[in-house]
Amino acid sequence: MTDRRLVTHLLRRLTFGPTAAEVDAAVRAGYEATLERLLRPVAPPSPPDLGAAPAPGDSREQRQAARKKQRDQVTTLVRWWLGRMAADGGAAEKLIFFWHGHWATSAQKVRSAQLMLTQQQTFRRYGSGDTGPLVRAMLRDPALILWLDGQKNTRKAPNENLAREVMELFTLGVGAYTEDDVKAGARVLTGWQIDRATGQARLVPKRHDDQPVTVLGRQVGNLDAYADLLVRHEAHLPFIVGRLWARYGGSGPAPAVPGRDTTTLLRGICLAPEFAATTGGLVKQPIEWVVGAVRQLGLTVEGTEPVLRALGQMPLRPPSVGGWPEGAAWLTTSSTLTRLRAGQKLAAKADVDGLAGADRLEALADLLALDGWTDRTRAALDGIRDPKKLLALGLASPEYAVH
Amino acid sequence: MDAITRRRFLIASGVTAGAAATTLGLRELLATAGDRDPAAKTLVLITLYGGNDGLNTVIPYADPAYATARPDFAYQPEELLDLGEGEALNPGLPGLHQLFSQKRLAIVRGVGYPKPNRSHFQSMDIWQTAQPDRPGTTGWLGRWLDTAGGDPRLAVSFEPVLPPLLAGATSAGATVPGGELKLPAGVTPALLQQLGAPSAGESPASARAAACFGDLARVRDLISSAPLGEDDDDTPATATGGAAPPLDQQLALVARCIEAGVATRVYSVSLGGFDLHADGKDAQKALLSKVDKALTAFAGRVAGKGVVTAVYSEFGRRVHANASDGTDHGTASNVFLLGDGIRGGLHGEPPSLTDLDDGDLKFTLDFRDVYAMLLADVLGSDPEQVLDGWTGRLDVKA
Repeated sequence: MTDRRLVTHLLRRLTFGPTAAEVDAAVRAGYEATLERLLRPVAPPSPPDLGAAPAPGDSREQRQAARKKQRDQVTTLVRWWLGRMAADGGAAEKLIFFWHGHWATSAQKVRSAQLMLTQQQTFRRYGSGDTGPLVRAMLRDPALILWLDGQKNTRKAPNENLAREVMELFTLGVGAYTEDDVKAGARVLTGWQIDRATGQARLVPKRHDDQPVTVLGRQVGNLDAYADLLVRHEAHLPFIVGRLWARYGGSGPAPAVPGRDTTTLLRGICLAPEFAATTGGLVKQPIEWVVGAVRQLGLTVEGTEPVLRALGQMPLRPPSVGGWPEGAAWLTTSSTLTRLRAGQKLAAKADVDGLAGADRLEALADLLALDGWTDRTRAALDGIRDPKKLLALGLASPEYAVH
Repeated sequence: MDAITRRRFLIASGVTAGAAATTLGLRELLATAGDRDPAAKTLVLITLYGGNDGLNTVIPYADPAYATARPDFAYQPEELLDLGEGEALNPGLPGLHQLFSQKRLAIVRGVGYPKPNRSHFQSMDIWQTAQPDRPGTTGWLGRWLDTAGGDPRLAVSFEPVLPPLLAGATSAGATVPGGELKLPAGVTPALLQQLGAPSAGESPASARAAACFGDLARVRDLISSAPLGEDDDDTPATATGGAAPPLDQQLALVARCIEAGVATRVYSVSLGGFDLHADGKDAQKALLSKVDKALTAFAGRVAGKGVVTAVYSEFGRRVHANASDGTDHGTASNVFLLGDGIRGGLHGEPPSLTDLDDGDLKFTLDFRDVYAMLLADVLGSDPEQVLDGWTGRLDVKA
């Protein structure tokens, strides 16, 4: 593989879709320097002004108005985040997106833009470092606690939802723990309540089971000890590397990579010999497809929400605690039709001056950061002279559906 | 056991080890009308995702242990729909209660499997693969399809992605998105066919993306699946729902196909949202009402047409309610069977509410016995071949 192709592959995987200028600059800088630049820590962006959470209200009308305001605030947050994704040429926002899909929490049940933002701030603060502080923070994350009924988990009757998913989906994976560990984990997490006024989680002693509990063969006295036990468990790092590999690398088994913090793990994945061979092996998630197109065409994210909704992936609204599907599940006839329609809408707004010449297919591939076209797609696009139509079909093409 | 996570479960539902799911248009399916043996029966399988609370669906109200375990869950006696033997249906199920009175609904109690798994994703995998020891990559009805010749039109789902239960080793069922298709301006079927051709050297993912264009060229009467708008905010929100068209719409499409006499022998439909860890009583009743209305209308429409409908969920809930007025993941539960040739009434042994396995009901009937009955009596096939040599079989023949 040429250096150019390798660097483009790196950019496609670590960012939300590189522009042609970003590809050129990265090729000049080289693979490892580009990798370091993409992974460099960034200052968290100043958060959007969502306003105060609406008071619930007493009458039916007041409650409806509060619900509407709450939804509008979530929409504001979604738009702000999509804008951040489109503005970021590095790896930071993509990693926030990874963690959002990993600790998949939906505003549909949390019903608070403020708490969804708080969770995202936690990803921004801890998401690129060691997973220990991240897991400690997430176990007391108000949105996650509400999503998985943690605030109803009490000494008198433990609610196992949060404890189970923490081990199954967030830290260890199935097979690393027993049903007794789920029940014991739930006891450790009893009594953590959300104060809706302050938006903070706090431990309410009389609801908390303060008896020592044995989880995963160790005595655990409190939430932080439980979190630390999980991240030190032998299954934890392989599980996280497997999840990172599935979203950044390929569909096969993950290579062994050194390190404990997420940035080091990601670096290891991108430097693993197996990484280069994964080109074109991942299906773009709808958000990756839309934001990538917006970046490459120099557009804004305004008006892209209906496309995301039709493709089945709205930020802050994953379908379940298991997150969004991966891979070929996104490749359906209905998503193909949606990409054809959305491609036309995006192309209508784009500057297509470069797509009129004899080299228009090469120019289109460069614009979309593709290595080239298959004979099939080349044949299909060859007779198309209208630059807008050409761009629309390029966006909808099989080559652009994967990366 | 393999580390099967929800994510892998969903991937498995998009493509399968043996074959990719075919997408069919309703028109294509309806064109098979008349291709079938008029005596052949039809199986409709309804999956309730999230773990429906079986003890609050078929309620053992006469057992004092029930009221003790669930003090805040109990319905008033006059609300209950009596079934006899000290059991009653949830008040959300009046239509099914009437079918029960007419001896058309069979309620099989205590259905489960050994060493119950309380993860949604794994337990659903077990139910869909019918392989409790080590869930594989094929679904039980997918394996039936393999033995029945592998024509995807024989096993159909109206959900947006193929459920794993319809994925076989060498073949897979078809998904049929309903509705009408309009191609965007300037996009011709010929262009779709061009983009749908395979090309040497491309990745499997790219090949699959291309194949979708081919499917789209063939399917002229489909719409994009209904977008999830703001409206769905008020539907019961739980963390394990599925995004499928409403149950009544799915069943109406099934009824339309059955009335047209299409070749399909197996339909898979589903309803999500049953994972009610908190404030479960009213939410469950509302969900059960949806099942009741859709199923009662469907049963009336296809009566006498050789159709058997089976309703199941991946597990029941704990006997004891939690303090959130909800119930945590449990084990054995009920399966409903309904249709021509089914002997209505209560079947199987109700599990004891006091002799528990770690707080959970002990199953009294293996779920493969139910599958074996459906395979033999409805699909006319050899259950042992599909169920890895399983020989048990439920008898509910009318």
